[in-house]
Formats: sequence, C-alpha cells, structure tokens
Amino acid sequence: MTSFVSNLSLIGPEVALTLAALALLVGGAVRGEKANNLINTISIVVLLFAAVLGLRSAGADPTQAFGGALILDRLALFAKTAILLSAALVLVIGAGFLKIEKIVKYEYAILILLATLGMMVMVSANDLLSLYIGLELQSLSLYVLAAFNRSSLRASEAGLKYFVLGALSSGLLLYGMSLVYGFAGTTRFEGIAEAAHMDASVGLVIGVVFVLSGLAFKISAVPFHMWTPDVYQGAPTPVTAFFASAPKFAAIALIARLLMGPFSDMMDQWQQVVVALSVLSMTVGYFGAIMQRNIKRLMAYSSIANMGYAMIALAAGSQRGLEALLLYMGLYLITTLGMFACILAMRQSEGMVENIDDLAGLSQNQRGLAISFSVLLFSIAGLPPMAGFFGKLYIFLAAVEGGLLWLAIYGAVLSVVGAFYYLRIVKIMWFDEPAPAFVPSSLVLPLTAGAAAFMMVPGAVWLLPALERWSQAAAASLF
Amino acid sequence: MMDIGLGHYLAVAAIMFSIGVFGIFVNRKNVIVILMSVELILLSVNINFVTFSTYLNDLGGQVFALFVLTVAAAEAAVGLAILVVYFRNRGNIAVADINLMKG
Repeated sequence: MTSFVSNLSLIGPEVALTLAALALLVGGAVRGEKANNLINTISIVVLLFAAVLGLRSAGADPTQAFGGALILDRLALFAKTAILLSAALVLVIGAGFLKIEKIVKYEYAILILLATLGMMVMVSANDLLSLYIGLELQSLSLYVLAAFNRSSLRASEAGLKYFVLGALSSGLLLYGMSLVYGFAGTTRFEGIAEAAHMDASVGLVIGVVFVLSGLAFKISAVPFHMWTPDVYQGAPTPVTAFFASAPKFAAIALIARLLMGPFSDMMDQWQQVVVALSVLSMTVGYFGAIMQRNIKRLMAYSSIANMGYAMIALAAGSQRGLEALLLYMGLYLITTLGMFACILAMRQSEGMVENIDDLAGLSQNQRGLAISFSVLLFSIAGLPPMAGFFGKLYIFLAAVEGGLLWLAIYGAVLSVVGAFYYLRIVKIMWFDEPAPAFVPSSLVLPLTAGAAAFMMVPGAVWLLPALERWSQAAAASLF
Repeated sequence: MMDIGLGHYLAVAAIMFSIGVFGIFVNRKNVIVILMSVELILLSVNINFVTFSTYLNDLGGQVFALFVLTVAAAEAAVGLAILVVYFRNRGNIAVADINLMKG
C-alpha cells in the first residue's frame, strides 16, 4: 500500500497545475485587471514547467497511482507533453487577439489551465470514474471558454450550442459507462478487459457503443459533428485554436487507450463503428469544407476530416496503427497551431477579419506569412515532400496491414478533394487581386507560423524521426 | 405478486434516458427544457449505477452515482450561466432563434 504522498509525487505535473490555477484565481480576484498580463505569463511558465516535470519524472515502466485510478505510462507521457506544449503555445499566440478585441480577463488563462488539467487526467485514466471526472473538468472549462466573449451574440450562441450538445454527449458516455460497469462488474480498466475477454455480452457491447458515441462528440466525428463549425466560428479565435488542438489530442489518446486496452477483445464489434465514423468524417469534412467562406468554419471541417484519418489508424487496431495515429496527431497539432497563428494575424485597420477572401494577395503584402501559410496548407493536404504526407502514409500502411485496404484507398482518394480546397486558399493568397493589407501583428504570430512551416519541410528531417521514436515508445506501452 | 428485478430497474432507466434524448431533439421551444432533459439523462444513468451496484454487491457504482450528482450540479451551474449570457445578448431563449451561424 503506497502512501498518499508518494501517490501525489507521481502526478507532480497535475498537482502543479492545480495549485497554480487556484493560486492564480485568488491572485486575479485580489489584484483585478492589473494582474492580467502577469497571470498569462505565469500560466505559460507553469504549463512549460509541468511539461518538463512530467518528462523528468517519467519512468520506463507503467506505474499506477491512487490504487489504479490513474496510470502513468509512455502513452500518457506523450499525450501530456503534447497537450501542455500546445496549451502554452495557445496562450502565447492568443494574447494579442484578446487585447485587440478588449476581452482580456484573467479567467481566460486559468480556464485553459483547468481544461489542460482535465485533459491530463483523461489521458492517464485507468478507471471509468477518473476518465469521467477528467473529461468533465475539461468540458466544463471549454464551455465557458467558448462563451468567453460575453458581449458577443455569436460567442454566447457558440457557448450555448457547445454546452447543450456536450451535455448530451456526456449523457451518452455515462449511460454507456453504467452499462459497462453493470455487465463487467467493475469500473477498473483491467477488470473490464478481463470481463470482455471471458464473455462479451450484449450489454457490454451496447455499453461500448454508447461510450464510443459519447467520445466521438468530443473529437467531432460525423455524425456527432454538428456543433463543430458553429462553435469554431463563434468562439474567439484563440479559443478556437485551443479547441482544434489539445482537446482533440486528449480525446483521441483516450479513445485509443480504451479501444486497445479494456475493449481490445471486442475489436470485431467496435471496428465497424470506428470504420463507419471514419468514412463519414472524411466525406463530410472534405465535402463540407468546399462551400465555406469563413476560414474558421473551414478549419472546423478540416479538423473533422483529419479526425476521420486518425480513426483509420484506430480501426487498424494494431500497434502499428497506434504508432501511425500518434505520429499523425503530433503533426496535426503543429500544423493546426501554425495555421491558427496565421489566422490570428488576419487583422485589417477596422478589426479582425476571418473571410477567406480577405487573404487575397497576401503574398504581396506579407510574403513571409504567405509562404508559411502555404507550406502548412500543402502539408495538411498531404503533398509529398511535406511532413503531412508521411503522416498520412503511415496511416494508410497501418490500415493495409490491418486488412483495411479499401479504407486506405478511400482515404487517399478523398485527400484529393481535400487538396482542392486547401490549394484554393493558396491560389487566393498568391494569384488573386490583393485585398486591403493586414495591419502588422506582433512578431510572435509570424514566428510561430514560420516555425511550424519550417518543421513541415526542412525540419521534418529531424521532426519525423523524433516523433516516430516517441510514438513507438508510447504505442508499445499498450501492447 | 410480481417481483421487481434488475430488468425492471434497467427498463425504467432506459425509458428515462430515451425521454431525455427525445426531449433534447424534439423540443423546439425553450432551452430550459433542454437543461431539464439533460438532468433526466443523468438521473437515468444514476438509477442504472445504483441498481447495478446493489445487484453486483459492489459499492463502486454508488460512489460513481455520487460523483455524477456532483458533476451534474456543476454542469447545471455552467449551463445556466451561459444561458444568462445568451439571454442578455439575444433577448429570448427560444430554441428556434439560435440560428445565427449556419452552413
């Protein structure tokens, strides 16, 4: 029996985030408006500190904490590091936008800290209860963040829609959990795995399908995607950047842990569901994006389609599939955050703009930004020399190995449709009549976009092997 | 006399759950009704947990139900707060009017 303190020391990063969030909340309430910048900076430092702490304290073997409620393995470590770094980056690139829109409030950084904490609990959950608590801590913080711009009708509508559909998805998830608990007799993942191994009863299968549907909402897989375009468009852009990055990674890592862990013996049952979700997400994501005029809605459809590709790797259900999944999600995080840095730089003299046509002639006004944005678009479209191509390639290879050749072919064909609308943006930037130039933004945004773009082409030589090594180690911890 | 067994409890919970889900989708009037439907879903889940807990002779399910109750309270607080913000901007909370963004 390990003591409470030694358990706490295992979850150092989570404890650091909790204490920082509580202390900053008190600090913000006492100091008021003056402390905004300081709280933002401290939050960034705390997130980076937690990432370093997690990396330093990680052991090679999976360890369980709090009587098995949490598990600390390579998968959790990889996911946590990615989540913490992207949350910190969102705070860095979002600060300017909030100042311009005059919605700077200290609660913003604290809500991001709390949502990050929830995600960290999610990805290291080893029990349905800790999974649920982590998921809700994340979701409740995100509902508030979506409606963060209180005076904007769009933002509050986005918050309301997100809340209603999110609450419904939590309900589905919980109902599934109650069935899993009832038919497996325990909420602990090892126990569920045992029950599924002995006899996958109908009740357990229904429970798994409900759990999967609830989680599909969180990664906005079709047919559970209805909220995504509206919420992405309505929420303040830095919040949208956050929605598109860390929560997606956390939810995918969680789904992977569930499907490859406790439910791995029920693969025949869940594979069909995941394949259906994947095909629908790719189709709707890519065809839905063609008609979009608003760049944030387009990013929403793009994230739906990308989740479809991620689910191809999940459907393969193998170690190779999981490796491909983690590699793809790592690349997706970098590309998405880089693209949002470009979107955050879209400011004309009268305010922020978010139509695709406002990008016209960007190559003449801000050549550096246009090059970075184009490289990122090429990469996410999956064109060969870019890192994004290798991400998709690994997924297709894993699918073929898992006997899902037709799914790989379907994904490859659909990425042509995707390339059409990604390249349309490139065409608008380079060949259309220039729109009014953007007001120069703070240096952080073009630097972030440039760094992300650098990692997609020349930097990929180092990035890809590093990501591959990490995802291999992470995937090995589940098999 | 008919004995009330596990199946009956599960059936009640399943019916409550379905009413809750239908309440969210069929309701075209008022957002408050949606919040009530969400509560209904969570309560049906609690019935499930407590029933299974008794049936399995395992306390875990009841502990889970307590956690669900707590989170449901937090969720209602956040939901109502967002609803108040929306009402201030829009002036009503009719479901049919939540249509600013489409496509």
